[in-house]
Amino acid sequence: MRAVRDFVNSFLLVELLKGLSLTGRHMFRRKVTVRYPEETAPQSPRFRGLHALRRYPNGEERCIACKLCEAVCPALAITIESHEREDGTRRTTRYDIDLFKCIYCGFCEESCPVDSIVETRVFEYHMERRGENVIHKDQLLAMGEKYEQQLAADRAADAPYR
Amino acid sequence: MAELTELLWIVAKIGAIIGPLIIAVAYMTYAERRILGWIQDRHGCNTVGPFGLLQPFADVFKLLLKEVTVPASANKFLFVVAPMLALMPALAAWAVIPFADGWVLADINAGLLYILAMTSLGVYGIILAGWASNSKYALLSTMRSGAQVISYEIAMGFALVGVLMTAGSLNLSDIVNAQAGAFWNWYWLPLLPLFVVYWISGVAETNRAPFDVAEGESEIVAGFHVEYSGSAFALFFLAEYMNMILISALATIMFFGGWYSPFTGIPVLGPMFDWVPGIVWFLLKTAFFLFCYVWFRGTFPRYRYDQIMRLGWKVLIPVTVVWLVVVAVFHITGFGPWY
Repeated sequence: MRAVRDFVNSFLLVELLKGLSLTGRHMFRRKVTVRYPEETAPQSPRFRGLHALRRYPNGEERCIACKLCEAVCPALAITIESHEREDGTRRTTRYDIDLFKCIYCGFCEESCPVDSIVETRVFEYHMERRGENVIHKDQLLAMGEKYEQQLAADRAADAPYR
Repeated sequence: MAELTELLWIVAKIGAIIGPLIIAVAYMTYAERRILGWIQDRHGCNTVGPFGLLQPFADVFKLLLKEVTVPASANKFLFVVAPMLALMPALAAWAVIPFADGWVLADINAGLLYILAMTSLGVYGIILAGWASNSKYALLSTMRSGAQVISYEIAMGFALVGVLMTAGSLNLSDIVNAQAGAFWNWYWLPLLPLFVVYWISGVAETNRAPFDVAEGESEIVAGFHVEYSGSAFALFFLAEYMNMILISALATIMFFGGWYSPFTGIPVLGPMFDWVPGIVWFLLKTAFFLFCYVWFRGTFPRYRYDQIMRLGWKVLIPVTVVWLVVVAVFHITGFGPWY
């Protein structure tokens, strides 16, 4: 009996018509594509994009060259050199991040005792020449200045969960 | 002088057929991408021009600007000739298609035979392309394509025999005129099994999904045109889509009453649509079948090669032969309103 039913179903194309009606219904469904340049997907405050070095509100750079980020970095992407400034504090003379090595894990941000190295929400960036993949301290500080408002807001939003 | 004007007249008619056809092919690729996208809950191409309508032109210019590479081990002459051999019959078959009452380039009495001959010739281009490429994927593809087209040609030809038995003519215009009247007079209803067989083998003839083992992207990386690039590839593309439109137009002519309005014979709707010219109905019906091509592609998974052979020889051909006998009996006994 079952064999007869199966034969009738396939011979009269019943199953094919069922498939066609399914795809026919999907044709009129709401489309789920995010049309990227015009629309963007929502981002979390914890989004981990391009890096930045932050400053205190009085303009003093936060980084104290403790090198915890350098030590924790699993990809060895961070290189730090430091010296003693005239006022006796320890500051970095060099803070390089190799973006080709970086895996955007966010450990540097986690390890930083003064919230200096952070990851911004910027993910659309490119390099045009060889060597531009290594970003230096001045670039990182500039990023921090540019996005300080959002960075502070994101840190505040995430603070209750830390 | 009179001969010259007549010749120019014919050339103008050919241009009037081929020009819109090529535009139709271009927009068929666009429609295919949009509809496939919709089926998969996507948008499809919507960026170039309004609603992506300029996308086909972008594609054409890209293809024409690309280099035609000839593989070192290829047979150069056949390699170049094969795409033209694929395209030429696909274009030539349009000579006998009646677009509306009297709108036909060559109103020959053996139109159906001519169509069958031309669609059979198209496979030579594919076979030669695969052979001349000297590539294992291309050769495998031509073997599959050749066997498939030959098998389904039989079922398709037999299905059309039913049409010509009922219409009593091989002339395509006469076949359409024999279906004059309301849509239940069209041959799809009395010849429903033959129509289904014709349509399935038509899809198989044009190597379209779900019978696209000849292309088989996932197994033999595009098959017979794997070595082709640029405008040579564009010719194959053109031939494939031209054949799709041809098969759809034939389905309209043979089974769906050609240029006749589907509302004829219905009390209020019939007179309401009397002013619509026949070609509009013809194009609408053809467009519907083209849509079905894309719909099938978006729905059915690819048949395995041996399943295709089984379906062609063990299902479609017996069904057709049986229904031919039934049609003959109907004719002799004078059954129903149709015969």
